[in-house]
Parts: sequence; structure tokens; C-alpha cells
Amino acid sequence: MTAARLLRRRDRPRYSAKEAAIALLLLVPSIAVFVAFFYRPFLNLLYWGTFESRANGAFFERVGLRQYREELTSSDFREGLWHSVQFVLYTVPAGLILGILLAVAAHRRLQGIKVFQAIFSSTLASSVAVTSVIFFYLLNPVVGVFQVDWLTNPDWAMFAVALSAIWQNMGLSFIIVLAGLQNVPEEVVEAATLDGYGPVRRLLRITLPLISPVLLFLLVVLVIFGLQAFAQPDILTNGGPAGATETLVFKINRLVRPDNIGIGAVYSVGLFFVTLVVTAAQFVILERRVHYAR
Amino acid sequence: MASVTFENVTKRFDDVVAVDALDLAVDDGEFMVLLGPSGCGKTTALRMIAGLEGITDGKLLIGDQVVNDIDPARRDVSMVFQSYALYPHMTVQRNIESPLLVRRYHADGPDKPARKLTRTERAGRVDEAARVLGLDGLLKRKPAALSGGQRQRVALARAFVGRPKAFLMDEPLSNLDAKLRAQTRLELVDLHRRVETTVVYVTHDQVEAMTMAHRIAILSAGRLQQVGTPQEVYEAPANLFVAQFIGTPPMNTLNGTFTTEGGPAVVVGESRFPVPPDLKTRLDESQAVIVGTRPEHLNVSEDGTIAHDVRAVEWLGHECLVFGSVESSPVVVRQVGMAPLAAGGTIRLAVDPVNVHLFDPESTERLA
Repeated sequence: MTAARLLRRRDRPRYSAKEAAIALLLLVPSIAVFVAFFYRPFLNLLYWGTFESRANGAFFERVGLRQYREELTSSDFREGLWHSVQFVLYTVPAGLILGILLAVAAHRRLQGIKVFQAIFSSTLASSVAVTSVIFFYLLNPVVGVFQVDWLTNPDWAMFAVALSAIWQNMGLSFIIVLAGLQNVPEEVVEAATLDGYGPVRRLLRITLPLISPVLLFLLVVLVIFGLQAFAQPDILTNGGPAGATETLVFKINRLVRPDNIGIGAVYSVGLFFVTLVVTAAQFVILERRVHYAR
Repeated sequence: MASVTFENVTKRFDDVVAVDALDLAVDDGEFMVLLGPSGCGKTTALRMIAGLEGITDGKLLIGDQVVNDIDPARRDVSMVFQSYALYPHMTVQRNIESPLLVRRYHADGPDKPARKLTRTERAGRVDEAARVLGLDGLLKRKPAALSGGQRQRVALARAFVGRPKAFLMDEPLSNLDAKLRAQTRLELVDLHRRVETTVVYVTHDQVEAMTMAHRIAILSAGRLQQVGTPQEVYEAPANLFVAQFIGTPPMNTLNGTFTTEGGPAVVVGESRFPVPPDLKTRLDESQAVIVGTRPEHLNVSEDGTIAHDVRAVEWLGHECLVFGSVESSPVVVRQVGMAPLAAGGTIRLAVDPVNVHLFDPESTERLA
């Protein structure tokens, strides 16, 4: 009766050799792109991580896996990772929550919401670099709209850098959650109203659970974006003040420029595995609680 | 348990009038059916009782209390939606328990203040509802794992558990297959008899209305056409709309003129229709009237005064339907048994004057 039971292993149709060959042929372009631009470079990366190089870029010495162990446990790597994690902590909950609130307001067609819809959807229209430049001018202590010294204050710098990402995450969350809300049957929310659920309770107990697949998707994607943050610290603070906003990818970028590819490769691989573990953990812990409509 | 009263209630959506000056009193404990075609305003009226739609004009009372501005959850009514509107991510048990979690109830008696129910009280009520609706054993399942009929019963249990003043039902049977529908009709009537709560039931299906209602309120384009028992609306339809909406096949209506030549009758071309015996309205010679008779009241008779050109005959086993026309107006005749009538011929029909209905051609109102 249920879809799961129908798709039990032994009931799935067997494909003929010809069908399998055609399927493979159709997949070749995708596979080729992935191999060329991800898998092969990744293997290269793993390989380069085993080389130590000097300032002028020539590969010097094969030092093997020792470099991985040394660099991944170094304070520099851990500091970069921590800054990236900080960035995620600032940008993901805020962007997600604000996006949800806006989407709920837009869904209920509150007065004046069309203007906000346009404003917030447009945050995605510009690139990360452009948005960062805009915020750079907004937050400039001398000529900015908000003349604050956040960008030059080591305690506030990371937050200030995160602002432009919060802005963009809000736009993405808004658009995707709004789309997801269309699939929440209105009568179910009305039934909750009759059951005495107030607006907050309806949102938390009814609406959000029913869009949980969308929320999981956003969470995973925004965390991945956050761990890879580069443009914002690069443009807004250049990693300062005193290295307070040097995210991991920022460090990798700086390492690679003076051609310290070996260590840069190690950091990249490290970041990959951290992202992998975090994403897997999100799925393992949260997917149980996601409600998929049949 | 309470009455529901509409006093001159109007609902406007921008410039569309969905419900137009509705005056309707549903008695305490009554099973009232709001019947009408799509878009007639019956669902809007129901949702106004629930509080899901605001009221533009007029007063709505539940019991003696004017509820126009009272929150849906405070009106002490429950609703069964057409799509059941079960919470898909909750078990059947949680679905049924849902109205008891937040709302306050007069659990200590109608004079004592309303309070939240304790866990034991909630569990007790959920078990009772599940038992009454035959849902034992399904409590731990989620709605996706239930059949349509089971989901409907969960929706009913959820409505039942709060012991509301009135049950509101929005076409609850329309998503069920025909056989289940017939069975559930009986169960609903039975449930109502046991629980004795006021029910306001919306449907477009006249069979449901005729078989379940104490009284039927027929609506069209936002206006109330007639309120009465099934028998009243069938035997004495207040206007042409009601006459043609109730009954399958619908009442035959023809344009004719009144005459007193050879006795009072309505003349339609060559055919003569007798006039109802207790007609009080004075009709003038040659006055245009609309005459109506139900298919089952026309009888094939050799000395009948109505000439019917037969176009087709449908034999259904226990009866047959004869399709044809009287003076180019389509007329259907229902005949018991398998009468051997041939298509293409002309037959003569007779009708008992008691079963003739007259309507004014301009106002479409019944001429009594």
C-alpha cells in the first residue's frame, strides 16, 4: 500500500543491458564535468598536500602525510576553522529566522508586504562581492551611512562582516520558504485556529513542521555557504583587524597566493571533510524529524 | 448544545456579495443542511459560524450570544472540513487530542469557569471519541497510513472530542466513494441521534440533504430560497429554483396560459394541465404561468390531457424514464416497471391536480 513497500529491492524493475548502456551514455556529460572539475582536482589536492613548498612556488619536498597531521592540528588551522564556524553561527540562524518571518508575512499578504518582497528577493540578485562592497560603504566609519567602528573593532568585526551574508541568506530563505508555504494546506492551519492555536503556536507546531524538508535544505545549504565564506572578509576587512576575520577559505586564498600550495591544499582538504561531517550530522540528526508529504 | 441564528447577515468580498441578508434560525439539536449549487454561499455561511470568515453586516448568534467578534476557538464549535484537514505529521491520537490541548472547557459544570483539562481527562475523552467512531487500534498511526473513510472518522472524532455546541460539516462525504458515502450517511445520522448536538451541514448533493436533514435551507447566489423539512421543500417548493433543484430527474416546467374554458386549467399548446385544487391566488384569463409536475407524478393514461412526443426510453429495471417533449418543451416521465413504450410515438399523460405546481413567470415564486 505505501510507496516504500512498493519499491522494495526485489520488486524494482530490472533494466536490460541496452537500457543500462543508454542510461550511462546520458550520464556521461554530467560525470565528465564532475570528474574534470571536482573529482580530479580533488585528487590532485590530496596529492599536493603531501608536498612542502617554499615562497617562490616550486614544489620542494615530498613530506607525505606528516604534513596533514601537522597542519590540521596547527593553531592557524583551528583559528581559521573557528572563524568560519563563527561566521556560520552569525549568518545561518539569523538569515533563516528572518527569512521565515518575512515569508510568513508575505504568505499572509499583510499590507505593504509587496514592497518588502521586492526588496528582499533582490538581495540575491547581486553577487556576494557586490553586496560586500555595498555593506563596506554602509559601515564605513568616516563616510558610511552608519558611521560605526565595527569593522575595525576586533570584537565586533566578525559580526559586521557577517551582516552582508545575513542580508543575502535572508533573501534566499525568504524565497524558498515562501514557495514551501504554498504547499501547506490552508484548511490544516484553519483547523489549528479552531483548536485554539494562536499565531505563534500555529507557526511552530503546524506550519514549520509541514515545511521541514525545505528548512532542512536551507540549513544544509546555508551552513555550507557559511563554512566557505571568503568574499565578505576579503572585501570588508581584508581579514583584519589583526586577523579577527580570517576565515578558513580566506587563509587558503592567502596561502595559495604566495604559492604555498601544499599547506593550502591541506587546509582545503580539511575544510572538505569538516563540511562533509557537519552535513552528514545534520542529516542523521534532523532528517528523522522531517515530515515528507506522501 | 445551542441554536445558531443568522440575523440579516451579509458577507461581501470586495464587490462580490457571497451571502445576501441571510435570515436563518437553526434550532438547538437540529440537523440543518445548507444545500445549493457551487458558489451559492453555503460554505461561506458555514465558515462565518466557525469564525473563519468575518461578517460584513448583520448579527450571528450562537445560543443567545452575539459572536460576530468572538475568536473561532472561543465559539465552542467544531468543524469537519471537506479535505478533513488532519495534521499529517501527528498521530491519530494527537490529532484527536488537539482541540483539548489549548482551549479551555467547562469541565466542572456549565456554571463553573472554563479551565484546561488534565492529562487524564484528555486521555479519557480521546478514548471515548475513538470508541464511538470505531478508531480503536488506529491511534498510533499517522493520517497517511489511513484510508479515506478512516481519515474522515478521525476528523469526526476530533470534532466530537471537545463536546461543542454545534458541529459544522463542509461536504464531508464528497471525497468518499459511493458505497462508503451511503454507509457513512447512516452512521452520521445515527451519531447525531446519540449525541443530539446541533449540526450545520453543507452539501450540494440533494440526496444527502433529503436523507439526513431535519430541515433544509436552500441557497442560490447568496440568497436563501427556502427553509423547510425535506417533505416541505419537495411537496411545496417556494420558487422555481427550489422546484428544479430538489428531485431527480428535476421537475418538468413548461410555459403555459391559464384558462377557465372547460374548467380551470393551464393550457400548453394542445395539452391541458389541471390546476391545484386549493389554489388561492386569483388568476386572470390568458395569464401566463409556469406549470410544473415531477416526472413521477405524470402517468401514462389513454384519456390523459397531455400530449407527449416520446424521444427515448431508458429502462432501469424497476422503473423507466421516458424522455420526450410537450409542445417542444422537454418533459421526462417516470414510470414504474418496464412499460413497453416505443420511441418516436406519442403518448397521453395524466396528472393528479394535487401534484401540479404553478409559478409566476416573472418572479418565479410559487403561486399557492
